[in-house]
Amino acid sequence: MTEKKRSSEPLVRISARTVPMPALKAWGIRLGAIVAALLLAAVFVVTVTGLNPFEVYASLWKGAFGSLTMFKRTVQNTAVLLCISLAVTPAFKMRFWNIGAEGQVMAGCIATAACMILVGDKLPTPLLMLVMVITSILAGVIWAVIPAFFKANWNTNETLFTLMMNYIAIQLTSYLSTVWENPAGSAHIGVINMKTKVGWFPSLFGEKYLLNILIVAAITAAVYVYLKYSKHGYEISVVGESERTAKYVGMNVKKVILRTMALSGAICGIAGLIIVAGTDHTLSTTSVGGKGFTAVMVSWLAKFNPALMVFASLLISFLEKGAGQIASDFRIDPAIADILTGIILFFIIGCEFFINYKLNFRHKASVEAGITAVPVLFEEEEAGIAEKSGTDGVKEEAES
Amino acid sequence: MISPVANFISRAVVQGIPLLCGSTGEIITEKSGNLNLGIPGIMYVGAVSGVAGAFFHEKLAAGPLNPFLAVVIPLVCSLLGSLAMSLIYAFLTVTLRANQNVTGLALTTFGIGLGNFYGGSLAILYGEGGALSLKATSDVFRTALPFAKNLGSVGLVLFSYGWLAYASIVIAVIATFVIKRTRIGLNLRAVGESPATADAAGINVTRYKYGATCIGGMIAGLGGLYFIMDYTSGIWSNGGFGDRGWLAIALVIFAIWNPDIGILGSILFGGLYIIDIFIPNLTRSQQELFKMLPYIVTVIVLIFTSIRRKRETMPPQALGLSYFREER
Amino acid sequence: MSINAALEMKGITKRFGDLVALNNASLTVRKGEILSILGENGSGKTTLMNMISGIYFPDEGHIYIDGNEVVIRSPKDAYAHRIGMIHQHFKLVDVFSAAENIVLGLRGGERFNIKKASEKIRAISEKYGFIIDPAKKIYNLSVSEKQTVEIIKVLYRGADILILDEPTAVLTPQETARLFDVLRRMKEDGKAIIIITHKLHEVMEISDRVTILRKGEYIDTVETASTNEAELTEKMVGRKVSLDIERSEPHDTADRLEVRGLECYNGDGVMILDDVSFTAKGGEILGIAGIAGSGQKELLEAIAGLQQLSGGDILYNDPKSGVTEDLRNKTPRQIRDLGVRLSFVPEDRLGMGLVGAMDITDNMMLRSYRKGKTAMLERSEPRNLAKQVVDELDVKTPGLNTPVRRLSGGNVQKVLVGREISEGPTVLMAAYPVRGLDINSSYMIYNLLNKQKDNGVAVIFVGEDLDVLIELCDRILVLCQGRVTGLLDARTAKKEEIGLLMTKGKGAAKND
Repeated sequence: MTEKKRSSEPLVRISARTVPMPALKAWGIRLGAIVAALLLAAVFVVTVTGLNPFEVYASLWKGAFGSLTMFKRTVQNTAVLLCISLAVTPAFKMRFWNIGAEGQVMAGCIATAACMILVGDKLPTPLLMLVMVITSILAGVIWAVIPAFFKANWNTNETLFTLMMNYIAIQLTSYLSTVWENPAGSAHIGVINMKTKVGWFPSLFGEKYLLNILIVAAITAAVYVYLKYSKHGYEISVVGESERTAKYVGMNVKKVILRTMALSGAICGIAGLIIVAGTDHTLSTTSVGGKGFTAVMVSWLAKFNPALMVFASLLISFLEKGAGQIASDFRIDPAIADILTGIILFFIIGCEFFINYKLNFRHKASVEAGITAVPVLFEEEEAGIAEKSGTDGVKEEAES
Repeated sequence: MISPVANFISRAVVQGIPLLCGSTGEIITEKSGNLNLGIPGIMYVGAVSGVAGAFFHEKLAAGPLNPFLAVVIPLVCSLLGSLAMSLIYAFLTVTLRANQNVTGLALTTFGIGLGNFYGGSLAILYGEGGALSLKATSDVFRTALPFAKNLGSVGLVLFSYGWLAYASIVIAVIATFVIKRTRIGLNLRAVGESPATADAAGINVTRYKYGATCIGGMIAGLGGLYFIMDYTSGIWSNGGFGDRGWLAIALVIFAIWNPDIGILGSILFGGLYIIDIFIPNLTRSQQELFKMLPYIVTVIVLIFTSIRRKRETMPPQALGLSYFREER
Repeated sequence: MSINAALEMKGITKRFGDLVALNNASLTVRKGEILSILGENGSGKTTLMNMISGIYFPDEGHIYIDGNEVVIRSPKDAYAHRIGMIHQHFKLVDVFSAAENIVLGLRGGERFNIKKASEKIRAISEKYGFIIDPAKKIYNLSVSEKQTVEIIKVLYRGADILILDEPTAVLTPQETARLFDVLRRMKEDGKAIIIITHKLHEVMEISDRVTILRKGEYIDTVETASTNEAELTEKMVGRKVSLDIERSEPHDTADRLEVRGLECYNGDGVMILDDVSFTAKGGEILGIAGIAGSGQKELLEAIAGLQQLSGGDILYNDPKSGVTEDLRNKTPRQIRDLGVRLSFVPEDRLGMGLVGAMDITDNMMLRSYRKGKTAMLERSEPRNLAKQVVDELDVKTPGLNTPVRRLSGGNVQKVLVGREISEGPTVLMAAYPVRGLDINSSYMIYNLLNKQKDNGVAVIFVGEDLDVLIELCDRILVLCQGRVTGLLDARTAKKEEIGLLMTKGKGAAKND
């Protein structure tokens, strides 16, 4: 067989792994992707701003963990993001693409704020807290169950439905901002019950955010156990993998969809409660601030595993807070946080391919013969892989 | 004499054009089976790339602008910016077979960040009072047909827009024709309905998915460009584009994957977006309630089409799924 | 290398991960001949053909067309070499018309001319004797019409080498006869035709030569005229097998399940079951015969509580209490709650009977997970059951934690049947339980069904191989287009008789 004939074989062929990659190697690839992304982000920051990359990373670290206050802020931010990520996870495991967490959390925020504003001075604190918890959960549930109802009965596309529900909630907030505005004419609500602090979460051991964190920790454990060891969790997995199997064994698929989405909505409602009563003490259209969307990515990055989600949400919070610091330290636009988050996400999303698929390179003999230098020989589909040498693919685009 | 109705329609059209571009682009993309939720981000980048091009052009050109260059430079910049974004999406979802929803959302995060970062930086560095104004370039984009002013209401409704508005409508018409009547369109639809079938028929699925995503992205990016250069008269402000990108995705459903229906839909959506201004005696809070309408209408359409379940009004069958030939 | 060889393959090897799907296979097909490729499921027939048509790329080996070595990397390359493949699972776009599907992927003239194409389609149809309306949407076509579209598609592209992957599996005998006429006409036209099948009589009837594969290995190529079915079977399975399934005489039979006048419509409003009545008895195997899509699936699903019925009754006589329950329009869970022990091995094992991504243990508890009063799952009992099934049915698996999707077809089926039998059923329904299984696994399944029958279970067996139905079952119910067209004693029934009944329904007139 001559080299000439060999050469018309494609350089790289892709096959799905029948045997999964060893876990250690897979995590190595993921870690490598994060490192590569951080390097690329550094290149980006340096070329755009002309700053010293080490100073920039020092600033990034400082912003997230630089002082006790900042550390607490980052952990608090992680807690909220984690809470929302946990909320969307049961739905995702069911293959229900709920990207409406933004709206469901917003509904919880609205409900909490409404309690604080409308009945805050009429009820004793313990009762008020109870009412806040119940209404915020209820609001989240309602916002989640509406699309689930139509999905369960008419297979209405849930991705698009929940997306629309987000903006309905945000508009509702705009509306309420004018109704409850303080001071009049500002179209902002301002800090609610600033003097009396009615409806605010209490400090525990002098820590403002400790209650938030404890609540989220409890939810994390509960969701983990629920998904892995409960009958409901089992039903969710079966419905997600195959609706026909679920029907075959007599599961009530509609009920499972509605129940799971109600659960998602309920946890979103609690997230709203934490945001308004435990953190911001106000309500605005940016109360959730895109965390509902980020949570979708966190949940997916963690492979729907609540334990891994802790780390995924910490990573994203770290980036957000750190990039905020970079922005203020070096007087650049804070939107840099989104750019850095985006770059990291692209790499983590992309690296899964190298875990799930195997690249079969052509026989070594022909590679050594230098045939690889002829790009025409690549199979079109695979050319992209061959070109992707770590970082190039995204780098060019990020800089354009 | 200009009637209030004509005034309303012309404002609705102006509001609708960015949505039309976004939805035409997304329809083309979705026809190839790619559900690109990164469209809002791409529109941001399309806008900011055009802004950057126009900005440097205005900086470098002393004196009055050459109208040709004033159009071509931002246009090319915008197209290239959207193209780069689309390539990220296509590379991740087609070549690396990543989850389309997650990739799309990440792209939107990234794109909005990129838009606000560059737009904001330019505004901080060179703008007056925190906002960046590109009036000279915008004037070229906003040049309407000369006789529009003399035709009263008719002129306002039909001829008063900048060239990009007409271009968007033409693009939507061409897109409809290509999708429904040409071989490329047939192949494209086959890829979105059943990539395995298309592959077996000798269609290069990867190339079509890349092509549709990139062309779709570039068209969507034009929506961002129009928004800045025409609608806001060349003034960039961070976050100004708002949630129009998501509304464009809503419009795809409203138009049941037909760009020509999208033309009418975009005007309707544009109208709903601003109808609160045209209804007299509304309080500020009531105005806010009216802004909910486009989303509610979309939800109703979504519910209605899903209950009717007609074969031809369904989304492409392989929408959202990656294709891998050697799967077994 | 023979002079008139249209296509020659030498030393072809293909691996999927660790699995060697094909090892050093060879094949030659001449112009103007019909070559059969014979082999059991999993012998590598389809894999081999997919490499000619550019779906897979061989790891090793050479392909020659008209004596010249070629490389086929994609279906496009295959078309360029005038190779056309008609897949077992049709590759058609449902919402497109027949003509649109036929011209799909062709070059030339960006504004395609559907009228011109339709004319050419008509010309081809006349030449070879097809009947097709080019403007009809695919979702409105019958299975055989869809196959016709597939064949025209490759002819339209000027294919000289045609590959048909089990083309008769979904056809009635009449449709098969008509297909064979068409193939003979194409052969006279000088085309090289490869037909994949495992039906011996068809091999004998249609082909000039036969290439036999077994478990990924090339065995032999013989002239059809100089061989016979027994010799081919031996080469195909590697040893002499007689299809002797041990069948015991039914004893203590009692009416277990009475189905009366079932009527059922599908989502498109087409009647799928039309006045179906029969009785299944405990201690016997009732076979159900019929061409694919005659309502077998819907019938079993109706009994299992998975189909909405518009008419009829399903009566269940409890063997212990003697109580009769009406199962009509009850959900699977309600049926279970009544104490009816109904087991069902559905046709789609991984899509319906099991969850592919879950391991054997979690699949074992699919039916029983609700047991216990707490909200938590109890996994120890299912784990024991999983161990038991793996041991008793000899399931080949790396471990109990392996997702069942990774197991081979036969092992998947053992897991499914094992679970269904473990419930101690009084009624056991199995749809195509040996499809895709090797001979040993198939016999294991037959034995399991027989054992259930001896235990007094009412077994309902839906099968496609008439020989198996005749040897395994006690009675055979024949369905055609949703109607019962016959109920035969399997011990006296003739294959031809069943075949006739399978095509007797409303459709028979249409097909002529």
